[in-house]
Amino acid sequence: MTNQSVAKKKHIWDKVSEKFDIFCRKIKLDKWKAWLYLLPTIVLLAIFTFCPIINTVSMAFTVYWDPEAPVYEYDESGNILTDDETGKKVVLGYGEYKGYNIALDIAGETDFEFGFNNFISVLKYNGFIQIMKNTVILCIMTVPISTLLALLIAVCLNAIKPLRRLLQTIFFMPYVTNSIAIGMVFAAMFNIVGVNEHNLDASRSLGIINSVLGVLGMDPVNWINQGSSYWANIAVMVIYIAWNALPFKILILLGGLQSVNKQYYDAAKIDSTPPWRVFTRITVPLLSPMIAYVVITGFIGGFKEYTSIIGIFGEGMQPPGAGAGTPRLQTMVGYIYDALGTNSQGTASAAAIILFLLIFAVTLINLYVSKKKTHY
Amino acid sequence: MSEVKTETIVTMKDKNLKNVTSTQKVMKIITQVLLYIFLGVMAIIVIFPFYWMIISSLKTVAEYELPIPTLFPKTIVWANYTEAIQAADLYNLFKNTVIVGVVSTLLSLVITVISAFVFARLEFKGRDTLFAILLATMMIPGELFTITNYITVSKWGWVGNELTPLEGYGVLIVPFLVSIFYIYLLKQNFMQIPNELYLAAKIDGTKDLKYLWKVMIPLALPTLISITILKMMGAWNSYVWPRLVTTKEYHLITNGLRTAFQDANTGTANIPQQMAAVTMVSIPLFLVFIFLRKYIMKGVSRSGIKG
Repeated sequence: MTNQSVAKKKHIWDKVSEKFDIFCRKIKLDKWKAWLYLLPTIVLLAIFTFCPIINTVSMAFTVYWDPEAPVYEYDESGNILTDDETGKKVVLGYGEYKGYNIALDIAGETDFEFGFNNFISVLKYNGFIQIMKNTVILCIMTVPISTLLALLIAVCLNAIKPLRRLLQTIFFMPYVTNSIAIGMVFAAMFNIVGVNEHNLDASRSLGIINSVLGVLGMDPVNWINQGSSYWANIAVMVIYIAWNALPFKILILLGGLQSVNKQYYDAAKIDSTPPWRVFTRITVPLLSPMIAYVVITGFIGGFKEYTSIIGIFGEGMQPPGAGAGTPRLQTMVGYIYDALGTNSQGTASAAAIILFLLIFAVTLINLYVSKKKTHY
Repeated sequence: MSEVKTETIVTMKDKNLKNVTSTQKVMKIITQVLLYIFLGVMAIIVIFPFYWMIISSLKTVAEYELPIPTLFPKTIVWANYTEAIQAADLYNLFKNTVIVGVVSTLLSLVITVISAFVFARLEFKGRDTLFAILLATMMIPGELFTITNYITVSKWGWVGNELTPLEGYGVLIVPFLVSIFYIYLLKQNFMQIPNELYLAAKIDGTKDLKYLWKVMIPLALPTLISITILKMMGAWNSYVWPRLVTTKEYHLITNGLRTAFQDANTGTANIPQQMAAVTMVSIPLFLVFIFLRKYIMKGVSRSGIKG
């Protein structure tokens, strides 16, 4: 009885569907049903994806003439020259093109025009070289290190049987973390408690990393505290980023290894090929598509590095007391958000487009190189 | 005489063979041992930060600052946890993160399922072009969208102080409801379900939504679970957008972490407390990972994105 009544009763989704059909017919949009289903998606995409692309490009090319903006004179290193007697900045004249700014746009009293000044001000920004240096250094150090380590670990994991699942789980753990939270753990590990520029006070904790170095007979290093060197900072960042990047790379490479045809290895065994040659002549070539993939995603991630630096150095993006101006470990993404925070949307847009073009170019180069080297 | 000779030769050969196989065996054992040593060392390096995080969170400040760090706390201080909750206002941050995570996951699942269904099953003009355009936008870095989105939400009055909960949570949820990657992932999965099933159901008078609910969603459940986990992890890890658009009241868990334990004057931090907060933030992620590892790894190996 109950079964029959259930069968007769219309399913809730059928009812909803019917109502929807009737509604479609009523408003004579029967043929457009698919588009109606997609309506929320398309509206949201229009507002938050398509419109931003157009808008960002147009903001990047929008400037205005500010007749009252003072034009300063700069020295070779990009600092504003000051008059020796009065201490005031040397003004060459007045009037300058300035980047798009939302506040002025809303006020509605400014005439905006087409121009390249947003891009020029990004490229002329005296911290731009620093940003590029940081990005390039982080990329060319972290990508090879983490890829090589991941390759080694994946090959080793593939060669063992007992404990493999446990080890696989451990190696995947850094992936499911919060990059700011674990950045703080790394900062604590490298931290020297209570250090400042003049005082490497050994009576307090030098941090666990320095203690391990001490056991190995090395001198303690000031990694991230006040007065630390640029390269010490970079070393910490490279270690953290590589640690963070390992799980994804291991996952992809191990997946690749497990789909490799075993016959190649059997053939190598019959020829009693030494393991090193098996690795370089069979494993690496067969894995090359996956290696290319993790290298490309590694480079893309490297160009967008931001939260991991915040995790270790905080929102200053440099060790305390490292000077005003461009933060020592500033990156492109950080620069974009800083520009956004200071209400210079034009500059931020130009910087975002430059970032996109850089990533695009690096990806193309990577694809070109890997096409030559990849064995499919 | 000759017979004896051949015999000795045979035994010699046997001996050689045995030697060869035994050296091979020894070599194999040695390589296996080396493999395990290498993997063990690497595993310790990988896992050490987690160990250090938990251990430090249970130490007193005095013990943490000892010249030679202790590998296990002498006295276990649970008070660090309660103090950390107060210092960083973790309760509020957790609440916000859970609300944003759950609501955005549910809504975006609905949108993803319907869109994926439309792209996978319904035939309409311009479908493939539209989908190609959607896929093309995946190449563009998210920062490019953030700039305009920030302007859009500020025009709507969703930025700043004194937001209503609807605005405060809305600004964190709405811009990220549609994820083209998830639609793509689910569409691929839906397309593996034979079309005959759909046509048969249509002949029986089954409507689209019932078919979707009764057939496609159960068959694509693993992918849906992967999407759910990745989306929740995204809310758990998002940092930039909440910092940009919200004030303290609607901050998410990551925003409150970095600065809460810093002494404004000296710049020094109470690290055991800080580590207690970090542990509390990390543990839900670990629990999800332990129980749903399969789905996470499956989702990640296809995406290459975090969150």
